[in-house]
Amino acid sequence: MAQTVFAPWDDPQQKPLIQFVGVTKRFGDFVAIDDLTQDIYEREFFALLGPSGCGKTTMMRMLAGFEAPTEGSILLSGQDIAGVPPNKRAVNMMFQSYALFPHLTVWDNIAFGLRRSDMPKDAIAARVEEMLKLTRLSKFGRRKPHQISGGQRQRVALARSLAKAPKLLLLDEPLGALDKKLRQDTQFELMDIQETTGTTFVIVTHDQEEAMTVASRVAVMDEGRIIQVATPEKIYEAPNSVYVADFIGDVNILEGTAKANGPESYAIDWGGAEPATATSARPFSDGQKAHLAIRPEKIAISAERPADAANAVQGKVLDIAYLGNLSTYHVELPTGQVIKAQSANTRRVSRRAYTWEDPVWLSWSATAGVLLES
Amino acid sequence: MNRLSPFNVVSLTFGFAFLYLPMLILVIFSFNSSKLVTVWAGFSTRWYGTLFQNEAFLDAAWVTLKVAVMSSTFATVLGTMAAYVLVRGGRFMGRTLFSGMIYAPLVMPEVITGLSLLLLFIGIGMDRGVMTIVLAHTTFSMCYVSVVVSSRLATFDRSLEEAALDLGASQFDAFRLVTLPIIAPAVISGWLLAFTLSLDDLVIASFATGPSATTLPMKIWSSVRLGVSPEINALSSILIGIVSVGVITASLMSKRHAVRVRREEQAAQRAT
Repeated sequence: MAQTVFAPWDDPQQKPLIQFVGVTKRFGDFVAIDDLTQDIYEREFFALLGPSGCGKTTMMRMLAGFEAPTEGSILLSGQDIAGVPPNKRAVNMMFQSYALFPHLTVWDNIAFGLRRSDMPKDAIAARVEEMLKLTRLSKFGRRKPHQISGGQRQRVALARSLAKAPKLLLLDEPLGALDKKLRQDTQFELMDIQETTGTTFVIVTHDQEEAMTVASRVAVMDEGRIIQVATPEKIYEAPNSVYVADFIGDVNILEGTAKANGPESYAIDWGGAEPATATSARPFSDGQKAHLAIRPEKIAISAERPADAANAVQGKVLDIAYLGNLSTYHVELPTGQVIKAQSANTRRVSRRAYTWEDPVWLSWSATAGVLLES
Repeated sequence: MNRLSPFNVVSLTFGFAFLYLPMLILVIFSFNSSKLVTVWAGFSTRWYGTLFQNEAFLDAAWVTLKVAVMSSTFATVLGTMAAYVLVRGGRFMGRTLFSGMIYAPLVMPEVITGLSLLLLFIGIGMDRGVMTIVLAHTTFSMCYVSVVVSSRLATFDRSLEEAALDLGASQFDAFRLVTLPIIAPAVISGWLLAFTLSLDDLVIASFATGPSATTLPMKIWSSVRLGVSPEINALSSILIGIVSVGVITASLMSKRHAVRVRREEQAAQRAT
């Protein structure tokens, strides 16, 4: 079955919905956004991910119109929106605190934006009902925000920001206030709603799992710059820097010098008994410093040295983090370095093969890791 | 139940006695049948009767009420606007000076405020009367309103206003439809505060008024100089009664509201 992959960013024919062109934002001496250029396409679910203070919220507030760029321009459908005030933009925002109007009912909250336009009354009523239905809130229209639960409040906020059918919806940490279980359900709900309405979503989050789940592309930010923009798979499997590799998920980093030992293949002398072998499309010169990033789940743990593994090291189990479905083994190498290896608990825990202080072998293939420049 | 320690009982008794004993004596003596204020001669309500025959007192009460309603309304509008600018205006030229100047009347001796207003009214040739008292009261009570409202605005979640703007409301609509309804309790208490201040002000009103207008405190003050009459006790008792009823009603209503909100929030949490 031929299914077209949603990837407008790879198609030069596509016109981006939003363009950041050389945008810099300073607050006094502090540079919040540093000469940032980025395109976001229609129907995308674009996640801005980064630690607090990395500039992700500033980017969102510039899109909403609450902050103006110090330099550069932001284009929405090709038009510069620098001078357009927030109430004149076809952009709506869902606030982190939800910012529901406490004195209005759920129904009036959703109708608030529609009433600010010249929409006729019955059309407003129809639209509000539609939104209530979309967010499964039909029973709660007459309630005030304090009379509903946290999850329902979150849905009211979503319905309110979607009611005006914006070209672009901004979500500021939309699930931050929900507990974990509810958050996971709501993530899928968000994706469904995004697909149904066809709206472009830009979400700000510091939760990498959330970004990976919902987004079509993730932008990892640090200190006002976007470090990498890619699909969740690429961000995870092929990070472009130690920062991204370290920020997304868990990673083991072996630091050493590279030496070519074949086409696109390198031997990395990292201080272990034998050099590690890794493939890399990115060229490294002999003697260049390199970081080999390997995800814990790509490292196998075994009692005997596997015969055919490209890389194998021996160590002893230092710690075991039991997560239910998974266990993470912290294995100390003779060099003193601790490597994390993760394996699925397919057997009951009482039948676990290794325990503390056991000598074990860790092995991984040549393609398991990613070779990064320092 | 926590029982009060003897020490707490004593402090409570003394505290309340200190606050309320003078008023209690005043109320008791308002029901004295004797014309001599300090000698108890039996229960009677005659002074309440004569009070309502006394045109001068009734006129003064009417003037006071008019002045209080008008000045507290003006003060609330101006004070709320000032508070909004101070809390929301961000950094503008002279912000510190402006905020300092708004709060200055709080600590300014009333005599000085009154005197300077008098000089101003004479200087611009304004006829002194009800209008000048209203202006004077607005001037000194708006800073109280602004203190009350700005402390509420300081804790007001700014994203509510941003949400309103984001949904297409103009700055003014955002204030009218979102900010104002939410800070309404603070604005109302600001109004009540200004109303009370105006109601019992003697010094500034004396400076700002002319022969045509006498407020109740001025009337009481001038008649006390001729000796305390039981009529004044009766009048004061009525005022105490009105104020007590107002305060108790307001606190009961706000408490009941808080309880209801809490109960509804709990119900909403349980429902999920």
